[in-house]
Amino acid sequence: MKLIRFWGTRGSLPVALTAAGVRDKVTRALRAAAGMTFAGDDALNDFVDGLGLPVSGSFGGHTSCVEVETGGDEYVLCDLGTGARPFGQKAMARHGPASPQTYHIFMSHVHWDHIMGFPFFVPAYVPGNRIRIYGGHADLESAFRRQQAPPSFPVDFATLRADIEFVHLQPGSTHVIAGMQVDVMLQRHAGDSFGYRFTSGGRTFVYTTDSEHTLEDPAETAGYVEFFRHADLVVFDAMYSLAEAISVKADWGHSSNIVGVELCQLAAARHLCLFHHEPIHGDDAIARILAETRRYEEITRTGAPLLVTAAYDGMEIAL
Amino acid sequence: MQLQSQRLVDVFVAAPVGRVDHPNAELLKQALAPILDAAVLERSALVLDFSGIDYISSMGLRVLLMASKQLRAANARIAVAALQPVPREIFDIARFNHVVEIFPTVREALSQLSGPALAAYDAGTK
Repeated sequence: MKLIRFWGTRGSLPVALTAAGVRDKVTRALRAAAGMTFAGDDALNDFVDGLGLPVSGSFGGHTSCVEVETGGDEYVLCDLGTGARPFGQKAMARHGPASPQTYHIFMSHVHWDHIMGFPFFVPAYVPGNRIRIYGGHADLESAFRRQQAPPSFPVDFATLRADIEFVHLQPGSTHVIAGMQVDVMLQRHAGDSFGYRFTSGGRTFVYTTDSEHTLEDPAETAGYVEFFRHADLVVFDAMYSLAEAISVKADWGHSSNIVGVELCQLAAARHLCLFHHEPIHGDDAIARILAETRRYEEITRTGAPLLVTAAYDGMEIAL
Repeated sequence: MQLQSQRLVDVFVAAPVGRVDHPNAELLKQALAPILDAAVLERSALVLDFSGIDYISSMGLRVLLMASKQLRAANARIAVAALQPVPREIFDIARFNHVVEIFPTVREALSQLSGPALAAYDAGTK
């Protein structure tokens, strides 16, 4: 396992920058550059990098889709939110239709925002491609077929030409897929969700989204700590503040930055990546949450530092 | 967990001391239980004097949330006062100002909750 690449990081609903949002970024960049001169492109790029992501870029707006680069020939994805569309386009541009590929896709669950990219996932339309969709839900296949049935979508699932198979995984089970050990964990979410722990080459990556932590049951907390134990990277649903997650939005199936830090600290994980961003939050809000989370990690640290980042569309994390 | 409490007319003031981490959160919950029961029974406000708390985890904040729910169901108010800098930061990061009222001092909390309780507090601190 070499690298994690984020194609979609937003929760619940895709979002897009507005014209006003772009204008605000340009205005702030120009204001910061007032009176400055740049000797060349390198100096200009250094300046842009120093502006910070909320000004120089964006956290993005695609819904959940994360690629695991294994170092092998087969592709591995977690979830098929709208980020699956640019991933699929890039894969097709790289290989073309005459070079069939294998795609292993691990589904946290089949809520709308996690499957809505599949009808636009070009590899599914290409004969010869092999697609294996793994998940713990009994209705995994029917959810995919239903979203492409009338009146929701004009292209029926039956017209897809790739070799597509749905593979049911039991919670608590362990598998070897695409050269990785894959452990499956049942999570608390409306209709259930599943977390995945991928291990290969001495590296461990945990994908845990749409997972609520009620803090009521110490045994449940201990189970998550064990699942995260010594992970090199934990991609964690931090959609809400702690106050929201355990009060007005209790039972909505999501967690917070604070619980993410605490679980990763207890598990001695190396890197926490905040994920499944609230679609209401703009870039400045997510950057502020990241800064606060880093501060929380700092003031609660008792062992080795926990690296904290916030996922953005296009982000890559080397393992 | 050490917890001292007093009743000031129609307000209970409880002052826990120590670190409210995951193991201690249950102890805080147990220590607060009889005070909460009394406050609910009498529909009295509760002020938590946090001047002796140097850390609070999510589990500890959850104890406060449950206390808040219990009191609000009885139309009683809950406030946290005299937060040290680190717990204050944790409250801010957790957005817990939306769950409980926060005051710089116990006196300021009482001034917002009850005139008689404030008078009793002032009398006791002279």
